[in-house]
Amino acid sequence: MNNEIHIKNGLVFDPTNKIEGKICDIYICDGKIVDKVSSSAKVIDAKGMAVMPGGVDIHCHITGPKVNLARKLMPEDHRLDPHFKTKNTQSGSGGIVPSTFATGYRYATLGYTTAMEAAVPPLMARHALEEMYDTPIIDNGYYVLLGNNLFLQSLIAEGRKEEFKEAVSWWLNVTKAYTVKLVNPGADEPWKGHKNLNVKHIDDNSKVVDIAPRTVIDAFINVVHELGLPHPPHIHCNNLGHTGNYDTTIETMKTAGDRRLHVAHIQFNSYSGEMGKSPQSASKEITDYINDHENITCDVGQVMFGKAAFMTADAPLTYLLRGYKKQKWVNADTECESGCGILPFDYQGMIYTHALQWAIGLEIFLLSKDPWRIVLSTDHPNGGSFANYPLIIKLLMDYEFRKEAMKHVNQKAMNSTILGDLKREYTLNEICIITRAGPAKCLGLKDKGHLGKGADADITIYDMLDDKEEMFNAPRYVIKAGQLLIENHEFVSDYTDKKVLRVAPDYDKDIEKVIKPFFDDFYSISFGNYAINDEYLHGTGQVIETKKKKSIYEN
Amino acid sequence: MKGKLILIPGRSAKQGVGLNKGKLKDEYKKVTTTLEVSFEDMKSLGLETGDHVKISNEIGETNVIVKGLREGKIPEGYAFIPYGPPSSCLFDGETCASGMPESKGMKIDIEFIKKGEKKKTTLPPLNS
Amino acid sequence: MSAASKDNKIVNEKIVENATCTFCGCCCDDITLTVDMDKKVITKAQDACILGKAWFLNHVIEDKPIARIDGKEVALDDAIDEAAKVLMDAKFPILYGMSDTICEAQRQCAPMMDDCGGTIDTTTSVCHGPSGMAFQGVGEPSMTLGEVKNRADFVMYWGGNPAEAHPRHFARYAVTPKGMFTPNGKDDRTVVIVDVRQTKTAGVADIFLQVKPGKDFELLWMLRAACKGAAIPDNCKELCGIEKDVVEDLFDKMKNCKYGVIFFGMGLTMSRGRHFNSGALMALATDLNEFTHFVAKPARGHGNVTGADNVVSWQTGYPFGVNFSRGHPRFNPGEFTTVDTLTRGEADAAIVIASDPVANFPKPAIDHITSDKCKLISIDTKQTPTSEAAHVSIQTSTYGINTGGTVYRMDDVPISLRPAFDSPFPSDLEVLTKLRKKVNELSKKANRPYATKKYI
Repeated sequence: MNNEIHIKNGLVFDPTNKIEGKICDIYICDGKIVDKVSSSAKVIDAKGMAVMPGGVDIHCHITGPKVNLARKLMPEDHRLDPHFKTKNTQSGSGGIVPSTFATGYRYATLGYTTAMEAAVPPLMARHALEEMYDTPIIDNGYYVLLGNNLFLQSLIAEGRKEEFKEAVSWWLNVTKAYTVKLVNPGADEPWKGHKNLNVKHIDDNSKVVDIAPRTVIDAFINVVHELGLPHPPHIHCNNLGHTGNYDTTIETMKTAGDRRLHVAHIQFNSYSGEMGKSPQSASKEITDYINDHENITCDVGQVMFGKAAFMTADAPLTYLLRGYKKQKWVNADTECESGCGILPFDYQGMIYTHALQWAIGLEIFLLSKDPWRIVLSTDHPNGGSFANYPLIIKLLMDYEFRKEAMKHVNQKAMNSTILGDLKREYTLNEICIITRAGPAKCLGLKDKGHLGKGADADITIYDMLDDKEEMFNAPRYVIKAGQLLIENHEFVSDYTDKKVLRVAPDYDKDIEKVIKPFFDDFYSISFGNYAINDEYLHGTGQVIETKKKKSIYEN
Repeated sequence: MKGKLILIPGRSAKQGVGLNKGKLKDEYKKVTTTLEVSFEDMKSLGLETGDHVKISNEIGETNVIVKGLREGKIPEGYAFIPYGPPSSCLFDGETCASGMPESKGMKIDIEFIKKGEKKKTTLPPLNS
Repeated sequence: MSAASKDNKIVNEKIVENATCTFCGCCCDDITLTVDMDKKVITKAQDACILGKAWFLNHVIEDKPIARIDGKEVALDDAIDEAAKVLMDAKFPILYGMSDTICEAQRQCAPMMDDCGGTIDTTTSVCHGPSGMAFQGVGEPSMTLGEVKNRADFVMYWGGNPAEAHPRHFARYAVTPKGMFTPNGKDDRTVVIVDVRQTKTAGVADIFLQVKPGKDFELLWMLRAACKGAAIPDNCKELCGIEKDVVEDLFDKMKNCKYGVIFFGMGLTMSRGRHFNSGALMALATDLNEFTHFVAKPARGHGNVTGADNVVSWQTGYPFGVNFSRGHPRFNPGEFTTVDTLTRGEADAAIVIASDPVANFPKPAIDHITSDKCKLISIDTKQTPTSEAAHVSIQTSTYGINTGGTVYRMDDVPISLRPAFDSPFPSDLEVLTKLRKKVNELSKKANRPYATKKYI
């Protein structure tokens, strides 16, 4: 079989290598981008098309225990959106939380070839890895929830820094994770152990909180920096979704000092106003801070109108939201490690708060000065499905379209924002940055997000269309690791040999002696059965190197 | 000696052990053909532990061996049997659009066939 | 029970630590196995319960053919070819079972039925299927079992008999263990049992409530109403068999505990009301969160039935009863669940994996599956009435004893198995992977339009 491809005449966007829409040739051999290929290579004539690296989703929820609970919870949603079998692909169910096969295929049909699952409790990591193997085409990695880990918290509280570092490293290794995820740190104990309370402040040290969130955040930022992970701690800040929470967000970013930190779905953490009352936009305050601090990266968590599903380790927030309509709700406590809440949701343009959230997300995109540090996401499916990405791109690239869209939603919300005054329009090159080059850089994935020699041959070729939603909705060609998957909008093969991306920092084996007694006392599975063996990578794991960095600009 | 009872099939540890040894073996067969009936019903039906009875409903019928339970273990009018081929004979395939046949609480007729072959066993003492 | 006689010391002994027992949904993963590698038997299963011991110690390598067609021994590949052909030729092929095998093998099943346009259903449909339907309706506040051990000060079992069905549930997870916030074990907990029978489980109860058979829903709904401020009705006893003041006291305890949990069994799902019963219970647990932290969980049965639920859900979006005849998954319990497809005589081919419908199903379903109108394929580790009645019968090795892989405990915690000794029989994974490939080849050859299959 011919493993060489030559893409010619395409308008190439490769911001990492400073190619901003230039007609040039791309050569592929054995899954990688190379300097040249033989004359027998398959030729793709990309005349009139844009050639970009495959998309990289830095924050979504697509595999693992909570995702599967949400899938089970919403048959009514699957029913409306069947995903049909084709000669080359399996069938599945669509909707806001698609089945694994449908998830992989649908990401590919948007031109995405990598997606990172944003939150998995360590005890359930096998489940996430198993689902990843059943999610075709896209490479995956996942962030492991450690922010509410009781054992790690006790090490922090007792000031046992060395052991803490070794233990975090151990956890990353045995769970095959990509980086540390912190979700509402410190909130599990009030929720599970104190009749459904929540932590209120980053410096909360009331009786129900064992340890102040800031102490936890600081300890993790430090240790991840020390370990040199390719991606910093990925944080879901305290007070997410609450009016007046931008303070907490800024305090969280300040806690990082000049060390790296990635703030997830920052839109949900950019509200001013008085707690308990209607929110206002704090996009300006938030973007001001980000613009001035190179160590901070974030993804937006854009809210889109229509169906969504909350699935988050922030259990108290989900329960609070459930209170509005008393819909079906799932809570899932994981011993010693995490909480979880799931709730089907609907964002409606006519509702003040929802319209405001939509506007704040767009404001953050438009006010931020450095596209490399702001990533397009909907926090799928929390802010809406990843299927909305093309529409978001159109909103960012087209001021008139945005103005028109604003007319159809809550006017009180629109009048309270500056969205209408922001005339900026993203360029194709900037879109290429916020959807692939940037997130790859934020993740420290050197082989992805660009088309330079040696990069993974994950490539998307779009027809150049005036309607950018249409353009990004249906790439004409998608190539994954050098294999042509979509040709003329149709799947021509099914790619299953995919990679699990992970880190494997060194650690001292003796740390197990410190951890084991805790396990024996408080976990319900044996310590010996906790570590995940390599079989779960199905031979397709890739370890990303560790190296200390102060910002994404350091090599 | 005829009567009506409501049957509640379920799991038991013995049945679990039996099926590990093999479903085609005697132990499993013995466990799954033992019908547990309340003290009161045993009395009113004139049955003794070890008696062979026929239980039946509109779906089917099967022969089982009856065992008396002491007071309070099972309400009067009810009988218990571990899951197995005999209980299956009495399940209706109708699931009321749920996929689950109504597998607990079916009305059955019980009829004496013959005395047990073994020496008569007495009921366990009431307060043991 | 032990196969090693006392006089003959085992020469070739192997110890397997942290082995997982897959007999019931507890999936206890702390068993130490002693294996006689010469005789290929497990001689000791330390810490296993009565069911676990029966599971491990009775496992012997039987001298039986791997594959049979109509009772005659054949090569495995021939049996797989025949099975694939049966599935492809059938108008309405169904796949059933899957609860007693590893997830890796289960993962082969849905794509295979997708390729032949069939129906996939697991033993869930006759177990906690109604709870699955209730879950779709009302959701569920839940937890892993370690949370119960660490935190629960109110533990309730409703319509289940764990003392006999999940013997170590009390000691490992829910009643006696000493946890982080329950340092005194059982003394820190109130244990309540609700059942129609006074089973062995009732023995551990601080409070035993003997509910009238078929009246669980009434009691649950009374408690739900109480959450909303309604009084327990005066005719409570008449409605559900329990005194009013007992129910009031119960509600008080539920409301005022710190971390409450209800485990529920098939006493709810199999009796009148089915998914309404489990739905009422899950809704009650949800309601109680207004007062305190409260969770509920079905006490699932077979070793990996929870895994089957998970796998079918992630591959199709639905937990059981899924049909592919229109080129995409459709879920409809009552239509695509196995008891129904058999009782109505629709299925003309059935592949049964690690399950025994011929012994357990309602009579009309058994009549059809064993008739010549339905070609039966059985993949099982043991001889069962189903394997003996099958047209194609393949015997496989046993998960957790001969093969590794993943199982999900009743609380969705995935665990890797540690096999004790090899088996001459192929694994479920091997057989199903081959069969899936074969069916896929045939389906590509058949070249049908994909979205319009045979089922009307």
